[in-house]
Amino acid sequence: MSNRYNQMFAKLKEQKQGAFVPFVTIGDPNLATSLDIIKGLIDGGADALELGIPYSDPIADGPTIQKANIRALEAKVTPKDCFELIKQIRQYNADIPIGLLLYSNLIFAKGLNDFYALCADVGIDSVLVADVPARESAPFKQMAEKHDVDAIFIAPPNGSEKSLKHIAEQGSGYTYLLSRAGVTGTETVANMPIETVIAALNNYNAPPALLGFGISQPEHVKAAIESGAAGAISGSAVVKLIETNLDNPTKMVTEITDFVRVMKAATGK
Amino acid sequence: MTQKLDAYFGEFGGMFVPELLVPALEQLEQEFIAAQNDPAFKQEFESLLKEYAGRPTPLTLTRNFSPNPLAKIYLKREDLLHGGAHKTNQVLGQALLTKRMGKSRVIAETGAGQHGVATALACALLGLECRIYMGAKDCERQQPNVFRMKLMGAEVIPVDAGSGTLKDAVNEALRDWSATYEDSHYLLGTAAGPHPFPTLVREFQKMIGIEAKEQIVQAEGRLPDYVVACVGGGSNAIGMFADFIDEKDVKLIGVEPGGHGLSTLKHGATICKGTKGILHGAVTYIMQDDDGQIEESYSVSAGLDYPAVGPQHAYLHATGRAEYVAATDEQALEAFQTLCRCEGIIPALESSHALAHALDIAKAATEETIIVVNLSGRGDKDLAHVHRVLEQGGHYE
Repeated sequence: MSNRYNQMFAKLKEQKQGAFVPFVTIGDPNLATSLDIIKGLIDGGADALELGIPYSDPIADGPTIQKANIRALEAKVTPKDCFELIKQIRQYNADIPIGLLLYSNLIFAKGLNDFYALCADVGIDSVLVADVPARESAPFKQMAEKHDVDAIFIAPPNGSEKSLKHIAEQGSGYTYLLSRAGVTGTETVANMPIETVIAALNNYNAPPALLGFGISQPEHVKAAIESGAAGAISGSAVVKLIETNLDNPTKMVTEITDFVRVMKAATGK
Repeated sequence: MTQKLDAYFGEFGGMFVPELLVPALEQLEQEFIAAQNDPAFKQEFESLLKEYAGRPTPLTLTRNFSPNPLAKIYLKREDLLHGGAHKTNQVLGQALLTKRMGKSRVIAETGAGQHGVATALACALLGLECRIYMGAKDCERQQPNVFRMKLMGAEVIPVDAGSGTLKDAVNEALRDWSATYEDSHYLLGTAAGPHPFPTLVREFQKMIGIEAKEQIVQAEGRLPDYVVACVGGGSNAIGMFADFIDEKDVKLIGVEPGGHGLSTLKHGATICKGTKGILHGAVTYIMQDDDGQIEESYSVSAGLDYPAVGPQHAYLHATGRAEYVAATDEQALEAFQTLCRCEGIIPALESSHALAHALDIAKAATEETIIVVNLSGRGDKDLAHVHRVLEQGGHYE
């Protein structure tokens, strides 16, 4: 496994901070602007990055991230372009953990072995497949391990003890903890507290939990960390800033960088 | 909790959904198994099928449709079922399961509106709240069905996202379900999607083949040579095939929508021309580009216009047990008109694809041949559409 997540969590522990992890879809609204946006996320103080590869049928995503996928696909962004862009990000910053979040058919089409080999090659630390639950994960996990990429699992709020145990044992890097049911988006805010799920995950020695879905304000980040999460992931709120500034890329990047700064400032323990 | 169904058909199928939906699908699987073993459930289902929907449906020997005296063509008359198509069968089964699970709300996707109408009627009958997701484009094209659903108390939500057609309606229904599974059942419309739907829908449709088998043996004293059905998602075909799969001498033929032709990009023949991939929860044949982005399917018949296919059909194809062919729009429209003129039966455009291929088999027959075609639905819903198409390209007349 890559060590970037471990190093990040160790450093944050020392600094008594939680992690703030922003998500964007690569290539939204186009490749050039997307590169600036992602550099802006890093400049704003993101502890790690969660990046999506645009897909035609994102069933786990709400309207905001669906539109991001559509914008990127309309800009003709391909998985190959996404990997090229990640290479550039890796040159910009060698240490920040980079996670991919995508849908299974993009991996299937490339071939599992080739896909994870490519991830390792460009410096990706983890892969989360939105439509591969733990019960279907074996072949994906096996290839991830083969290529030293962390396989991220989702811990749902409705998960049974048995499934949380399975997720704890299978996952590495971090655990993606869902704050609520539904799809991504700020339409429904995070449902906290989530202490019981975190307690169960800790009990089974799961990788540190990052809380996602409905995280759009510094108070959400603060509440996530107070509930015992190791940090928070915010996607739709970041993507909204892309959507509202499509006519002004400079302002877009500035606003996104500022947003990350404000959210990161709420991670102190 | 110990009993489980196999989620795979060989390498096809599975449960490729967000982790959140797994408990809902596993609950459905458990409840389905329990219901199958519960005589009271079976009795209620059977009595609804008989007294409400009108089963068994007849098997009709066509009088004038076959172009060859050596070939007899029989039609399994799902067009006579309440609701006008085979869809009513499995919708009643799933609506009963919904009540059994103590859920009060049903969500469903629909393309042309047939599954939406079937779902709406079952929900009206059984007192369930009903929300139908339908592509915005389809809502415009299928106004009468939108009205039918609303008449029966369903809420119809037009889906703007993506292409505004069936696949986007499925996406939206899945999104709804991932927030509402505690009180809602997703009543999927075909034998596709994540486990347990392909199995569950087949089991709630297989009376088609069971009846047809009894009826043909009674009429002819033997099994048919061919059983033919159209395949979009594949529910009428799997319902027809299921009881014949072990009868090795019976050739099973699925007819996919060939659209403008398999050499063009405008078709929906996922088995004939698609490649292996994952869509809507299952490994199956799908229409996709080299990167794995899902492509739009096309067919003159909205009910076959879907870029994936049920995983059991993928398996029957891979193992060679069933053969999958395509009929073009033009062939289907010709067969549509031929059946109207020869038999006084207006078939659904979907079923017309199966009829077109049955005509080809009949023409080629050199010895006595018995063909059973699943006439999966009636064509009333297609009248305006066919009228328009025929006016535009009069050569079909």
